[in-house]
Amino acid sequence: MQAKAGQFFSSGHTNNWAVLVCTSRFWFNYRHVANTLSVYRSVKRLGIPDSHIVLMLADDMACNHRNPKPATVFSHKNMELNVYGDDVEVDYRGYEVTVENFLRVLTGRLPPSTPRSKRLLSDDHSNILIYLTGTSRWNGFLKFQDSEEISNVELADAFEQMWTKRRYNELLFIIDTCQGASMYERFYSPNLMALASSQVGEDSLSHQPDLAIGVHLMDRYTFYLLEFLEDIHPASTANMNDLFKVCPKSQCVSTPGHRTDLFLRDPGNVLITDFFGSVRKVEITMETINLTAPMVFSIEIIIKNYCNQ
Amino acid sequence: LWKFMSAFQQCLSPWKFQHPLSQQQFAEEERQWEATEVKEADRVPDTMQTPDVPPLTPAKDQFQEELVIRPLHSGDIYASFQFRTMWDTDFLRGSKVSHYRLFPKSLGQVISKFSVRELHISFTQGYWRTMQWGQPFLPSPPGAELWVWFQDTVTDVDGAWKELTNVLSGIFCASLNFIDSTNTVQPSASFKPLGLGNVTDQRFLRYAVLPREIVCTENLTPWKKLLPCGSKAGLAVLMKSEKLFHSSFHSQALHFRPVCQDWKCKSTVWELRQTLNVVFDLHTSGQGKRGERSLKCYSMVIMQACVVFPLQGELFELSPTTPLLSQAVVLGDRRTYSVYDLTNQATFGQTRSLNMLLRWRAAESGDMLRPLLHGERYVAGYGLQTGEIHTLMYNNHPYRAFPVLLLDTVPWYLRLYIHTLTVTSKGRDNKPSYIHYQPSKDRLRPHLLEMLVQLPPNSVTEVTMQFERALLKWTEYTPDPNHGFYVGSSVISALVPSVVAMDTNSTRECPLFSSFFPCKEESSYFMRVYTEPLLVNLPTPDFSMPYNVICLTCTVVAVGYGSLYNLLTRTFQVEEPSPGLAKRLANIIRRLRGVPLL
Repeated sequence: MQAKAGQFFSSGHTNNWAVLVCTSRFWFNYRHVANTLSVYRSVKRLGIPDSHIVLMLADDMACNHRNPKPATVFSHKNMELNVYGDDVEVDYRGYEVTVENFLRVLTGRLPPSTPRSKRLLSDDHSNILIYLTGTSRWNGFLKFQDSEEISNVELADAFEQMWTKRRYNELLFIIDTCQGASMYERFYSPNLMALASSQVGEDSLSHQPDLAIGVHLMDRYTFYLLEFLEDIHPASTANMNDLFKVCPKSQCVSTPGHRTDLFLRDPGNVLITDFFGSVRKVEITMETINLTAPMVFSIEIIIKNYCNQ
Repeated sequence: LWKFMSAFQQCLSPWKFQHPLSQQQFAEEERQWEATEVKEADRVPDTMQTPDVPPLTPAKDQFQEELVIRPLHSGDIYASFQFRTMWDTDFLRGSKVSHYRLFPKSLGQVISKFSVRELHISFTQGYWRTMQWGQPFLPSPPGAELWVWFQDTVTDVDGAWKELTNVLSGIFCASLNFIDSTNTVQPSASFKPLGLGNVTDQRFLRYAVLPREIVCTENLTPWKKLLPCGSKAGLAVLMKSEKLFHSSFHSQALHFRPVCQDWKCKSTVWELRQTLNVVFDLHTSGQGKRGERSLKCYSMVIMQACVVFPLQGELFELSPTTPLLSQAVVLGDRRTYSVYDLTNQATFGQTRSLNMLLRWRAAESGDMLRPLLHGERYVAGYGLQTGEIHTLMYNNHPYRAFPVLLLDTVPWYLRLYIHTLTVTSKGRDNKPSYIHYQPSKDRLRPHLLEMLVQLPPNSVTEVTMQFERALLKWTEYTPDPNHGFYVGSSVISALVPSVVAMDTNSTRECPLFSSFFPCKEESSYFMRVYTEPLLVNLPTPDFSMPYNVICLTCTVVAVGYGSLYNLLTRTFQVEEPSPGLAKRLANIIRRLRGVPLL
């Protein structure tokens, strides 16, 4: 009871993971890759290491032969910010980005020979950020590579599997696609918070094209999200209510939506860095713990110390 | 001096523009330089040691790096980085290796776990144009190529291969996990071990190529992390991805093999070579004509390295010049190199930086030596049912014939008809002396064809084969099937007679006893040429949604609604048929005759 009450006020997570997915293929979907890479950049900057990020890009834009500036992906016209950067590790790329692989990463059901960098090795103290972007022509699904779809029911079930297997402590789900709010309608697992770039019946629009590159560089919602995140630093105290205000209808044309009813804590108490950063809590204790004593005894001591705080 | 200063400024200004943190970076690099000076003492350089330095205990691992910059006849610049780590340890027998210093730990653990004897992996973007650029130092096919020799202690080579490809796909951030039995072969003759060892049983060899694989910064990042200092110091500082990928050809490779420790070869050491070959295009890099070229305008902080330039005095001049010149026979061609040893402080002079300036003298280039062996491949035919693969091998030697090994790996969905295989040189049939063919099995194994063909001098040999395209199951198509399907490059391996041996002028000055036999420095050298990969269209169903929806809907509506409408509205009535005109006339005639009616 005491532990539960404690959790109500503080996050209680010990590690952070991020799963960032871009599901579109072809050069004219450059903006989806730029969306995902800008979130990747922010998440890395705020402290989550590459080993805790599963980055899935369905197509290669940086070294695409149509890219007039190879090895770069820009977020803003005039080529101000190269979100691809010099230090990037993509875990799933090209044809590997499929619905099956995405669900396997979430639920942890991967073949035994899968390398560590391709696994989501989260536990019940992990805060996970999941970011999806792509196209979806109708409500209730997201298209993967123009050949298959993931429906909102499948996604909700995958999160429920994660909850029953204790693979997350809290989960933040962000989706930037047309009618994005339909993707989180069916969630039913606890400790989920969801944000979408548009409501059901609305289209998410792209921001601005670049005449040199010839395609739209980013989507509006993620563009303003990136602008917001650039101001966040690891010690920032900005909370989720600020995130909900990102990209109002005047800037985004669509109405971003969010869902917090499944989340235990009040969004005003949830820091941005709880999900986007990797802030480790260090608990200093004045007592000495005997590590040579039998295991049960030492665990008792640790629990006593925790409960006495 | 003015030219040098202007070149320096020309270098510095674009550099500053691209890197807003240039000042900070410069200062950091300076600090780094001071720190590493101390460390240099305990590393034994590969070059000669001065006699007054007391002999140090030789370190168990050594690192050496080198950059060769070669201007090509077409005006492009070919830069080849090589990083070599030699390590005297026992991966396989004895205790588990746990202390890694210069050798990358991630690779060491993989090698010992899967009992790998040799590993060669390369990621290439672009195709090497042999006729314009000459021979590369280390050839590689477009896409990703991986070939591995396992130790003879491995019992399940296929299982080890599958796990190894998965682990490597995690290390290099590439889709190497797509390597499976449908694109893996065991060549019997083309890929003999490049290191030491006497195991040549092809059961322990696996070769696979993924021609579709792209290379980008995400592959360069983990590759750089395998170097002892990453990209923080050494020649790797020059490897900026925005410059490297804006090129005509980019290839990064990793070669691991056992070599002799010294010339006596009493013991073996493990050698890891990481190579990066780039060809910078004259036009895309911003300088349209061959005028002054400032190369790689960065301030260089080097630990232990040398930069090597091949010198062809009549074509261009270098500044600053260096007194160190070395001659070497590379790929059968004797070349002079001007060597800048960056471990030697004298190279830097007063400043901490070295700016190389390459100035072309003449407007046109001289005659480039024609490469002796050269290959081409293309698909002939029309339609989506059949086709023909043509492989052309050129032997440009004026009077010597030599044999080549041709290796072809064709995926199972192109069904080769081996009975249509023809090999012709100079219009006549040329029978290969050795053919190893393994037919494909649908969805299990690709075709493997290895042939030893003798190429007559100064000729073109053409190998043709007909094939039929298979119809795949609808789930087997990629998300973009109309792009086409790739067929990996053919590999042509040969021992080519050396050009140096061809040169009869140099024998005139030598004493008679040494000039009788034509063997001078190297009479022949090993060469591997990769042809272009093929892009083949397979018969593809129309996956487009609107077309399928329209067809399906119309069919359902037509069949369903039509039948229902008929059932509901059709009624049957019995009707007396009226006889036709001919019958009525006949009946009238019969009545008149008194004969029974029809």
